[in-house]
Amino acid sequence: MQYKFEVEGGNFSKAGTASSEVKKILNQLNVDYKLIKRIVVALYEAEVNIVAHANKGIIDVDIDTERIKLVLNDSGPGIPNIEKAMEAGFSTATQKVREMGFGAGMGLPNIKRNADILNISSETGKGTSVEIIVFLKP
Amino acid sequence: MKVNEIVEKLGLKIFSGEKGLAKEISGGYVCDLLSDVMGHADQGNIWITLQTHKNVMAIASLKDLAAVVIVKGFEPEPDALEKSNEEEIPILGTDLESFEITGKIYELLK
Repeated sequence: MQYKFEVEGGNFSKAGTASSEVKKILNQLNVDYKLIKRIVVALYEAEVNIVAHANKGIIDVDIDTERIKLVLNDSGPGIPNIEKAMEAGFSTATQKVREMGFGAGMGLPNIKRNADILNISSETGKGTSVEIIVFLKP
Repeated sequence: MKVNEIVEKLGLKIFSGEKGLAKEISGGYVCDLLSDVMGHADQGNIWITLQTHKNVMAIASLKDLAAVVIVKGFEPEPDALEKSNEEEIPILGTDLESFEITGKIYELLK
């Protein structure tokens, strides 16, 4: 099963919409609650990263019996140093975003902790691609 | 303990999400950093925060929280109220600071 969601950069009032839709789909598919929790945390953080940093993005969701694969492609500033971005506490979020309680440098570590596989590729000035895989079978 | 029992015992204000007042509370979480709540709050928790915007409700819904308590007399933004009603997760309010209201809720839940 495949689904596609568009994410609008800068629009915090819609942040989490795609994650919420994916949660509903996974509930309908009777996916184990613990797995849904992990998937939703990882996806929400990645979705908010697009809202906070990029101009726009697309989320492709691909679910089969073995795994769920989430691919988030954005057109945005890109990440110059991915290793640095993965460090807990490191953030390039604006003051406005921080005041909302985002931008504490916990997003990518949260994704890493909840994903079975996380791949990030990025080109400065062009955008970032984040691939998150969670296995649905033990 | 249910959300409405805590509301009654502590005199909390109910801003929205009345349909969720019968939800059972599993415990609490106190933080204003959204990613920390996203990463560490548990299902059924009551969340104490000073954040008032709609994303609070997105997180409350995604994490299946029981209710949100907004501290220090702050008021939720209109789109947060709307989302709270839609998701049936109450937004409650108190004039107390996080430390004080957390202590009182802890006493009731422990």
